[in-house]
Amino acid sequence: MAKGSIVAGCLAPHPPHLVYAENPPQNEPNSEGGWEQLRWGYERLRDSLAKIDHDVLVILSPHWQTYVGTHFLGLSHFEGLSVDPIFPNLFRYSYDINIDVELSKAIHDKAADAGLAVKMMNNPDFRVDYGTITTGHMVNPAFDKPLVVISSNRSRHYYSVEVMQEMMMELGRATRDAILESGKKAVVLASNSLSHRHFTTESDVPEDMSREHIASHAMHLWDMRIIDYMRTGQAQRIIDEMPEFTEQAIAESDGGGLTWLLSTLTVPDYPAILHGYGTIIGTGNAIVEWPCYAHEEV
Amino acid sequence: MNDSILASYVVPVHPHPLLVPEQNEGWQRLRDAFDEARDQIAASDADVIIVYSTTWPSIIGHQIQADPNPTWTLVDQDFHDLGSMDYSFRIDVEFAEAWNKANHSRGLQSRTVAYNGFPIDVGSVVALKLLNPDNRIPAVIVSSNVYANRAETTVLAKACLDVLGKMGKKAVAVTAMSMSNRMFTEFIEASDDKIHSLKDDEWNRKVLEFLEEGRLEDVAQLSRTIHQQIRVQKVVTFKPMWWLSAMNNNRNDLTGKVLAYEALYGAGGAVVHLDPTSNGKGDKEYDEDDVETYQGERNVLDSEETDTSVAEASPNTGPALWNPAEGEDAVNTESAPKPVGLYPHARRVGDLLYLSGVGPRQPGTNAIPGGPIRDGNGSPLEYDIKEQTRAVVENIARILEEAGSSMEKVVDVTSFLVDMDRDFAGYNEVWAETLGHYGPTRTTLAIRALPTPIAVEMKVIAKI
Ligand SMILES: [Fe+2]
Repeated sequence: MAKGSIVAGCLAPHPPHLVYAENPPQNEPNSEGGWEQLRWGYERLRDSLAKIDHDVLVILSPHWQTYVGTHFLGLSHFEGLSVDPIFPNLFRYSYDINIDVELSKAIHDKAADAGLAVKMMNNPDFRVDYGTITTGHMVNPAFDKPLVVISSNRSRHYYSVEVMQEMMMELGRATRDAILESGKKAVVLASNSLSHRHFTTESDVPEDMSREHIASHAMHLWDMRIIDYMRTGQAQRIIDEMPEFTEQAIAESDGGGLTWLLSTLTVPDYPAILHGYGTIIGTGNAIVEWPCYAHEEV
Repeated sequence: MNDSILASYVVPVHPHPLLVPEQNEGWQRLRDAFDEARDQIAASDADVIIVYSTTWPSIIGHQIQADPNPTWTLVDQDFHDLGSMDYSFRIDVEFAEAWNKANHSRGLQSRTVAYNGFPIDVGSVVALKLLNPDNRIPAVIVSSNVYANRAETTVLAKACLDVLGKMGKKAVAVTAMSMSNRMFTEFIEASDDKIHSLKDDEWNRKVLEFLEEGRLEDVAQLSRTIHQQIRVQKVVTFKPMWWLSAMNNNRNDLTGKVLAYEALYGAGGAVVHLDPTSNGKGDKEYDEDDVETYQGERNVLDSEETDTSVAEASPNTGPALWNPAEGEDAVNTESAPKPVGLYPHARRVGDLLYLSGVGPRQPGTNAIPGGPIRDGNGSPLEYDIKEQTRAVVENIARILEEAGSSMEKVVDVTSFLVDMDRDFAGYNEVWAETLGHYGPTRTTLAIRALPTPIAVEMKVIAKI
């Protein structure tokens, strides 16, 4: 069997607002658009990924939160209605997704070998989290490629950002090893925003862009700092500054997705492509691609 | 004082007592306690069960479930292998809508949610399935706002009590919450379950001891400490006790009973019954500011500018104005601001003249020189304390003159400042230029608020 590879790694945040703004047939609510900068960013990411041959999308979403170990969707098919508990007015989405159970199980096994607590999720009634669905939709609205869906272990909350990073570095290595052994070409996606301070009010018209801006200057500075590291091939500095970033920017990277992503890419020292940046009710969101295919042996 | 809360319960959030009580004796004891609570509720006259759930976080204020019949199948994010939880609840939509409105009128962000497939959280599902299995009593569920602090959470309860009072309904209040919430991070056998650490266990027992003594408000006041000691920062802090205590008029003399306390995958799970009947022990002092309406900082991150010109043009925010009370010995004048209650500007007793508290409001226009201290929405405004103090002294001079007295004859002054740190120096400067010249005794106090949006008021005694 040919050696598998990670062809691209992406930071692909999951604000349901982007799906809402697009008015896809799967989503019930209707909008007059909004957040175009970010949606154009996703368009560029989609175009970019369309040019890279790949078999599977591997997603880690901070909205499947597990406190006891890291879990993997373990059945080949899930369908249902995903309603965002925070923004049910924006996101009520009928999903129908396929899972690459073989690869999920392979990552699960590698992670178990590395000493991580892991579990397969085999309950057919399980509702797939809206972070996974949103990122999945924005990257591949047809959902015509299978996914691997990994839960976000909340070790940050139980211990510290440092412990979270250790575990996520390990999980990243397990993910990479399993992909390489699988013979498959994978895109890995961390479904998280950057700075994560929300507004606590919503406009009557949620897509009123005259109300949208970063929550504070400090959040902006943090976002730009992290993006700069991404664009200049300094992923290690992101890992190094993750404790401060996560605390000070209340960043959604606390869910481990970004650390895991960088680990699957062996902490890249080549520049990432910034496809877009914008804010969603005050939070900072960047759509970023590490074009591994151009830098690694694929 | 309300008597609309018939009983309160604290219940745990994890699904084990619902799905697999037989796997562990402690889980079974929690289940038995749920069943006991269920029977007590069934025997009560409750018109509605109100659930405040810590496993339903919200960001845009509080959310209130308002789907008349939410129906779905819930699978726990961690414990999916224990089985699925089908639910179909009966929601008191009229109550939910009224509570939402009451929240707004008390200054809270709030909205109702009524969407097919809305993911009702595990804490609410476990609570309602076990406490009210046949939906005999309609329910209301409210979220836990991740940003809300004590003031917001207290006002949320008061708005709820407003509605109970208005609708004449009796309620059972339930908080779905863990005590200590640190679970094991490795997979354990059901038979190996225990409280994660001795420290967590000791704190849980202390909190439960308080609750068993009916000291709900004491637990509420310890919320932040309890959070720091035995809570892992998940989404929300140990805030449900703020809500539950306010639902019970912040009392410490309830009749409490711990029906069960056991481990749930390391976390502390307790079923507690709080009966509003006084246990006869003395109630304790309520040591934090009480809050009636929420005027908090929730919009500090929003750049929307406050239109100060509007606020300045309408200094009338505050209580209604009265004509000064007439009466023998009363001294009233058109050239002093109208009272905010039924009292005269001053009163003569022998050769002494007692003035009612005098502020800076201008007679006639009611404007506040130096500007009001807050706008109509309660948001703070910049103001000039010296201007305000000067206006107070001028008002005092006019009342004294009307009574045939004058500034030289002032004997004693009590001054009230709403912000001692900010304003004392400016106020003191004007004092020295004016009344201070004449040598009356003086006492200056810091107080929380005055009835109108002013920063200073003086109470004067003078000779005639
Ligand atoms: Fe999120």
